[in-house]
Amino acid sequence: MQKYEAPIKDIEYLINSVFKINNYSNLDRFKKINPEITTMILEEASKFTQNVLLPLNQSGDSEGCKFEEGDVKTPDGFKEAYNTFIKGGWSSLTFDEEFGGQGLPTIIGVIVSEMIVSTNMAFGMYPGLTQGAYKAIEKIGNSEQKKLYLPKFSDGKWTGTMNLTEAHCGTDLGLIKTKAEPCPDGSYLITGSKIFISAGEHDLSENIVHLVLARLPDAPTGIKGISLFIVPKFLSNDNGELTDKNNVKCLSIENKMGIKASSTCEMKYESATGYLLGEKNKGMKAMFIMMNEARLGVGIQGLGMSEVAYQSAAEYTKDRLQGRSLNSPVNPELPADPIIVHPDVRRMLLSVKSFNESARALSIWIALNIDIAEHHPDSDTKKNASEFLALMTPIAKAFLTDTSFENVNLALQCYGGHGYIRDHGMEQFVRDTRITQLYEGTSGIQALDLVGRKLPQDMGRLLRQFFHPVDKFIKENISDKDISDIIMPLAKSFARLQQASAWVAENGMSNPNEAAGASSDYLKLFGIVTLGYMWAMMAKTSLSKLNEKDSDKQFHQDKINLSKFYMNKILPETSSLLSKITAGSKTLMSIESSNF
Amino acid sequence: MKVLVAVKRVVDYNVKVRVKSDNTGIELTNVKMSMNPFDEIAVEEAIRLKEANKVSEIIIVSIGPKQSQETIRTALAMGADRGILIETESEIQPLSVAKLLKEVCDQEKPELVILGKQAIDDDANQTGQMLSALLNWSQGTFASKLEIEEDKLLVTREIDGGLETLKLTMPSIITTDLRLNEPRYASLPNIMKAKKKPIEEKKPEDFGIDISPRLTTLKVIEPPKREAGVMLESIPQLVDKLKNEAKVI
Ligand SMILES: Cc1cc2nc3c(=O)[nH]c(=O)nc-3n(C[C@H](O)[C@H](O)[C@H](O)COP(=O)(O)OP(=O)(O)OC[C@H]3O[C@@H](n4cnc5c(N)ncnc54)[C@H](O)[C@@H]3O)c2cc1C
Repeated sequence: MQKYEAPIKDIEYLINSVFKINNYSNLDRFKKINPEITTMILEEASKFTQNVLLPLNQSGDSEGCKFEEGDVKTPDGFKEAYNTFIKGGWSSLTFDEEFGGQGLPTIIGVIVSEMIVSTNMAFGMYPGLTQGAYKAIEKIGNSEQKKLYLPKFSDGKWTGTMNLTEAHCGTDLGLIKTKAEPCPDGSYLITGSKIFISAGEHDLSENIVHLVLARLPDAPTGIKGISLFIVPKFLSNDNGELTDKNNVKCLSIENKMGIKASSTCEMKYESATGYLLGEKNKGMKAMFIMMNEARLGVGIQGLGMSEVAYQSAAEYTKDRLQGRSLNSPVNPELPADPIIVHPDVRRMLLSVKSFNESARALSIWIALNIDIAEHHPDSDTKKNASEFLALMTPIAKAFLTDTSFENVNLALQCYGGHGYIRDHGMEQFVRDTRITQLYEGTSGIQALDLVGRKLPQDMGRLLRQFFHPVDKFIKENISDKDISDIIMPLAKSFARLQQASAWVAENGMSNPNEAAGASSDYLKLFGIVTLGYMWAMMAKTSLSKLNEKDSDKQFHQDKINLSKFYMNKILPETSSLLSKITAGSKTLMSIESSNF
Repeated sequence: MKVLVAVKRVVDYNVKVRVKSDNTGIELTNVKMSMNPFDEIAVEEAIRLKEANKVSEIIIVSIGPKQSQETIRTALAMGADRGILIETESEIQPLSVAKLLKEVCDQEKPELVILGKQAIDDDANQTGQMLSALLNWSQGTFASKLEIEEDKLLVTREIDGGLETLKLTMPSIITTDLRLNEPRYASLPNIMKAKKKPIEEKKPEDFGIDISPRLTTLKVIEPPKREAGVMLESIPQLVDKLKNEAKVI
């Protein structure tokens, strides 16, 4: 059974005790919140997601979207849920007040996103894509564009999309064929076909604003000749009143594995009116500006799915009676014990749980840096935060989603054969989660971004943004006896990460295949160590809390135990990854392509 | 016209409560608390009256521990105007609550008080009725519909076997039933606004009311566990058991 209760206590622990967001009250956006307000926001978000979105998750999956003569109908209840969503102001949580938003910190946005994903990932796609479009226009739009589109996105009356992919190109966007012809009035005529466009057509909003990558007639070939255009479904006057239907059509929607309630559309532009967003031929750069947040958003999808799958599994393993505890029966009066007594079931549950809590810590850490990078008054602090984000983005995207897919499978496994039966909702989690490893750049592409772009940048400068704080933390705590069984394993795996980084840098220099061949293992190693660092921070926080008078001892003891589980049962994987990395790429490349 | 709404902080309705090991009550440490669901309906009804311009001000009162402030804040985020917290850490029973609310009514002079018909922690279902007696005001309990007609209240009540509609002369006490309305979700802008709305803090002593309990709880225990069932071989065996063991047929 799909079960979800927003992990509010864990969230409060992370933001108040581990990351101490009180320390950031010098940032404007943080002035608006305090622990009391934050709790109210989280509770209201949990009410909405649990009571409105979760009940539509399985029905939305079985119904799917329906395509009828160019229109797309979302599943029953989605429109009402969307209206409740926008009425509550949730569509504009982190948008600027100037444009009708709530102006809250990214941290709050990230936390609420996780709840939305956990309860209904497909629903979350619609506002998720809108947020991407908002950010793009906010960062590179001119003032008229901002004035027209941003308030409409804020109140949720209009939604947005990202049109990158074409049938012959997904990863390699330099191959894009969609054309843009300049018109005398400064607008453009867009012609071409796009596929796989999420939220490309639907019935939730009165207008849909497509951001479309296309090529100008005189553009250089390849990736340097791509520009970005705003192409609305309905044209409007300057006040945002709709005028004519634009020449944009949805030709069909995909029949796909998961997130069935999210429409995935084939779009056709036939001399559609478009407006240049940002500079000519700088479309990819524009896209990359908002990529950090969009990719973190997909990482959060991984986390959200892993969380709901865990909760649903944990509940089941406490009720399902099979076999006896190997020590002594815990339920002698019943015919069998609940399966949660079995070590192997615990292995599965704890693998997922220890990931969820540390991945949440990571996402909050990243979100905090987004706020710092955007709003901090000090330019050095700002720059450091941006570098940290550039480094961590591919890791958050690929590691959180790859591990999440393993996790939802483990959660299904806890149900035995019943996990394979649709009614229980576990197989939906597996199907829904799978897409996160693919869109916004596949996991393989994230790994290449990490070793090919982020590692070498400024001679490894970005690495420092992670290595320095971890190194400092280890040095400060290594001699503390109370925590040495947590810090020692972290220190060892951190050394492996440093060794792997040196290996990739050195060998990748002489032969790029070495870096590329090691990239996925390297990213995973990096991810595992990062979550190890998160667990060490939590263990340290909880240890000091244990000594406080009114603290919740059980809560903090559990955190320390879970931290030890992670150090003992997950972190050792770094050894095998290091071996795989340093074995090199020779065996990958030695078989001729024709012999496959 | 002013409306007073009384709200109570109780164990969240989703929580599976556990009895304390010493049988003195329910385990409350680290348990999620929220507004009594019937009180949420009371708040919602008051807000709807205000939106229909029948009411000018909504005052929220809560009696309980310091954290009841959060419960008041939730009502303010839904749309109420200001709050009064009467803070006490001791156990407080319906009669004391009614007496305190009477004092508040004497000061604030509302024309309407809306309460939940009961709180889901003790299910007493007494406070509204007692308050009505203490104030000598009309009462409409278990309301499933409420209308204001000039200076009269039309209250539809859920009673055994049907609905009853009363016409009340104000000032009145209303207690809410589940079907009265569906409470709204607080919107983000309203949550932010609620931060600035005033909450007055008082103590029971400020009203000179003795809140010491009149009833003593002897012990609290779990309901008996359901015994595991037995599988029967045949229908005749079932009939036999129903006749001779259960003696129901
Ligand atoms: C449900 C769904 C929703 C989507 N939503 C959107 C949307 O809203 N907007 C949008 O524009 N697109 C969207 N997409 C498209 C998605 O972003 C692309 O499918 C994705 O980027 C991969 O591109 P591709 O399918 O062409 O795969 P390919 O690029 O053909 O990749 C195939 C495989 O080759 C690997 N590969 C490719 N190039 C390299 C390389 N240079 N080095 C190493 N490995 C490589 C990839 O990692 C992958 O494993 C969506 C897709 C789906 C399925």
